[in-house]
Amino acid sequence: MSAADSGAGAAASGRRRPEVEVTDLAVRVERTEVPIVEGVSFSIEAGKTLGLVGESGSGKSTVAVGLLGYARRGLEIVSGTVRIGDTDILALDQKGLRGARGRIVSYVPQDPAAGLNPAHRLGPQLREAITAHEDLPKEQLEERVTELLESVDLPPTKRILRSYPHQISGGQQQRIAIAIAFACRPRLIVLDEPTTGLDVTTQRHILATIDELARVHDAAAVYVSHDLAAVAEVATDTAVMYAGRIVEQAPTARLFATPRHPYTAGLLASAPSAEEAHRLVGIEGHPPRPGNWPGGCAYADRCPRALPECRAAVPKLVEESPGQLVRCINPVPTEATSEVNLAVPVPAAVAASALAVRGLVADYSGTRVLHDIELTVPLGQTTAVVGESGSGKTTLARCLVGLHSSWQGEVLLGDRTESLRQAAAARSSEELREMQYIFQNPFGSLNPTMTVVENVEEPLRHFKRLSRSERRARAIEALETVSLGAAFADTMPGRMSGGERQRVAVARALVVEPSVLVCDEITSALDVSVQALLVEQLRDLQMERNLSMVFITHNLAVVRSIAQNMIVLQQGRIVEQGSVDAVLGNPQHPYTRQLLEDLPRLEARAGSRQVA
Amino acid sequence: MSANATTPDVIAAKAPRAGVGGRAGRLLRGALRTRRGQIGLLLTLVVVGIAFLGPLFAGNPTALHGGPFEAPGGQAGALGGDSLGRSVLDRVLDGGWRILLISAAATAMAIVLGSVAGVVAAYRGGFADTVIMRTVDVLLGIPSLVFVLMLLSVVGSHAWLVIVGVGLTQAPQVARVLRAAAQDVSERDYVKAVAAWGVPPRTVIRRHVIPSLLTPLMVECALRLSFSIILVASLSFLGLGTQPPTADWGVMINENRVGLAQNVWGVLAPAILLATLAVGTNMFSDAIARANLSSGPAGDPTLQMALSASNVAEGDEPVGLEAIDEGSQ
Repeated sequence: MSAADSGAGAAASGRRRPEVEVTDLAVRVERTEVPIVEGVSFSIEAGKTLGLVGESGSGKSTVAVGLLGYARRGLEIVSGTVRIGDTDILALDQKGLRGARGRIVSYVPQDPAAGLNPAHRLGPQLREAITAHEDLPKEQLEERVTELLESVDLPPTKRILRSYPHQISGGQQQRIAIAIAFACRPRLIVLDEPTTGLDVTTQRHILATIDELARVHDAAAVYVSHDLAAVAEVATDTAVMYAGRIVEQAPTARLFATPRHPYTAGLLASAPSAEEAHRLVGIEGHPPRPGNWPGGCAYADRCPRALPECRAAVPKLVEESPGQLVRCINPVPTEATSEVNLAVPVPAAVAASALAVRGLVADYSGTRVLHDIELTVPLGQTTAVVGESGSGKTTLARCLVGLHSSWQGEVLLGDRTESLRQAAAARSSEELREMQYIFQNPFGSLNPTMTVVENVEEPLRHFKRLSRSERRARAIEALETVSLGAAFADTMPGRMSGGERQRVAVARALVVEPSVLVCDEITSALDVSVQALLVEQLRDLQMERNLSMVFITHNLAVVRSIAQNMIVLQQGRIVEQGSVDAVLGNPQHPYTRQLLEDLPRLEARAGSRQVA
Repeated sequence: MSANATTPDVIAAKAPRAGVGGRAGRLLRGALRTRRGQIGLLLTLVVVGIAFLGPLFAGNPTALHGGPFEAPGGQAGALGGDSLGRSVLDRVLDGGWRILLISAAATAMAIVLGSVAGVVAAYRGGFADTVIMRTVDVLLGIPSLVFVLMLLSVVGSHAWLVIVGVGLTQAPQVARVLRAAAQDVSERDYVKAVAAWGVPPRTVIRRHVIPSLLTPLMVECALRLSFSIILVASLSFLGLGTQPPTADWGVMINENRVGLAQNVWGVLAPAILLATLAVGTNMFSDAIARANLSSGPAGDPTLQMALSASNVAEGDEPVGLEAIDEGSQ
């Protein structure tokens, strides 16, 4: 795409030659020649960061590893050039690539635990990253290692160097991975969702570190993420990918302020805000899978602005506004307000409680992980449980539903005066039916050997005596309430997307007509547009059926849009509780303030320090 | 994916077991779509066909025709004569079904014993796990051939004892593999979800754990069958399995090895058949394992986890794998 080149060049206003220049990168499946990525072009100047955004299956990770001249097994890079400095990475042979990786271009994987060798101490791993490309005398080597650790804000102590990866926290692991990536001062560093598994506070620190290092070393960076807010924090320019192509590319602030491609606009409308509750507008449908890309614009099927011509040919990436490249023939007009703030329906406040927890303490293999938890869920309302990983929020959920049985205290369901028993096996069938649990990972919570409808029938089989046809009818009815019709009934879960599976999990919980739903991070594995749909759906169901929910999450923005009350957990203790408006509007505890402050925000780039 | 992605070969919600049967069927069909599976099944069927249909066409396997180790094409038939002048062809045709039946029975015993032990050990954990798995370790420590030889030489040579002995030596391997797989499945959220409804463990194992173990189970079946065949044939060769003058592929190799120079077919014909069978069943079991890979995330829960992990991790669908497999079919 020459358009991309000239566009990006114009944005750089010809100050200097961009450090990294990718032209027309295309990746496809080796045997079937099904395209995975097509015509991706961009350029990055030294010291700048390009954010690469897209949902699952958009090809962003394929592009990311393509920058290292690598294609996942079964894929091949068909064409394109990746010029970094004076080297064309894609023209190198295997030996050349080995020399280039780490020295010219380096990679930080999403899961730091996967990037570090669990069998070696950190010191040798850091040293190896340097000695792989440079021959340094011992003192100089140690100096470099110390320097590296300091640059990622880790103390250069013996203790860290002598630790194994599992002995340090996830955030520290990711810092080490970043240190290794920067070890030989590469010209380009590729970060593949480096903060996805981390807490907001850790994420904030890591983002700052990356920003700092890229600037100090004057290296270019590519930051791949599905998290728009994180990209807004760190990237100077952002490219949005959809179905293997870049659909919009612009300086980050401009992109998020005035998105021109309907897909970008849709993504932004899906993102919840921690400041105020508004109805989330998701994007219906799902991205086409490689091999099923429709002719013309791949987004046309889901696009509210689609014209008949959209399906005729793939639109070109053209400069719609200065520095903003858009692949759309009917782009969103600049004056359109992207803020469609619809008020959120709020369930009426009632005195009766659906679930009350009194003085709950829980142990995990001898260690106390929850201290004196008090929690009330008013009838028909949602109480959010917020905390970082390790705060005990999942343990709390498992205590409630009886999957974790070493706890004391009282859990009162509905108007019962007697506490539930500890283990699920000891509870009455009625108690078990009334409270249903939805798991975090939609890929693990459905039985993959059963069809969707069989999965939904499973609880009915246990809780109700029904004829086979009636059981199926009820299961299909439940699937319909989550907008998955009978058409999905006989599908295997493995053939569905994450969002669809999570809806099946919701249907499976609703089919036995519970009064309380315990949702454990149910949106955290989902893309933002899918999350929006699920949150809206849950709220509608709640209003319709007077459901009460315990909504466990680390995402404060989601809390704002779905919950009325919340508690904040830190290391197993409640540090703050109250109505969502009160807690998020005027946080009292320093921990809550910290959480809110560290939350990446889409608006971050507007007054960014990096705008040159 | 959308509704049209529904696999046409899965008709759901029949009997409760439809899922299991459907899944086994899907695996077999998947295996047969690959070249490896087709060749494997063909080789297996050829040998099985010879073994079970052979007796219908065979002459008297113990009748004497001319001198020992007569060259092929003479009185003793197309494959010549054996050490006593009996027809090699007749004996090859007649000598397969016993060894196959005995091996099949031993395999069945190994699979049932081993999978029960493995799944129970995995799901119950704790003391039961320790007892079962340490027993398995002890059994694994004894060389299988030596163990069966000892058993046969103490009790005497009986077909049922060969089955029991071979079954016992194969069961620990099955237990090992299935315990690992079952342990993995027992930790899955969908098994936990069922436990959170208060469903009793036996039902959880039957409805949710075992169906997820179908792949390792089928692979083990084929693998154990070929091991059993080799073991049973070795026993016959050593003179502790089927007794002369009954025709048996293992016995034949033993009897005729002294005459290799005169009539090579006395050894070669049964050896080729045994080798073909071993290769065939191995290829087929391999194809099943691969078919499971290619049935994509829907297939193996283990694979599904791996893929979904990468899915969440990379934020990209594992299109590569699926697309490759579609290409190879």
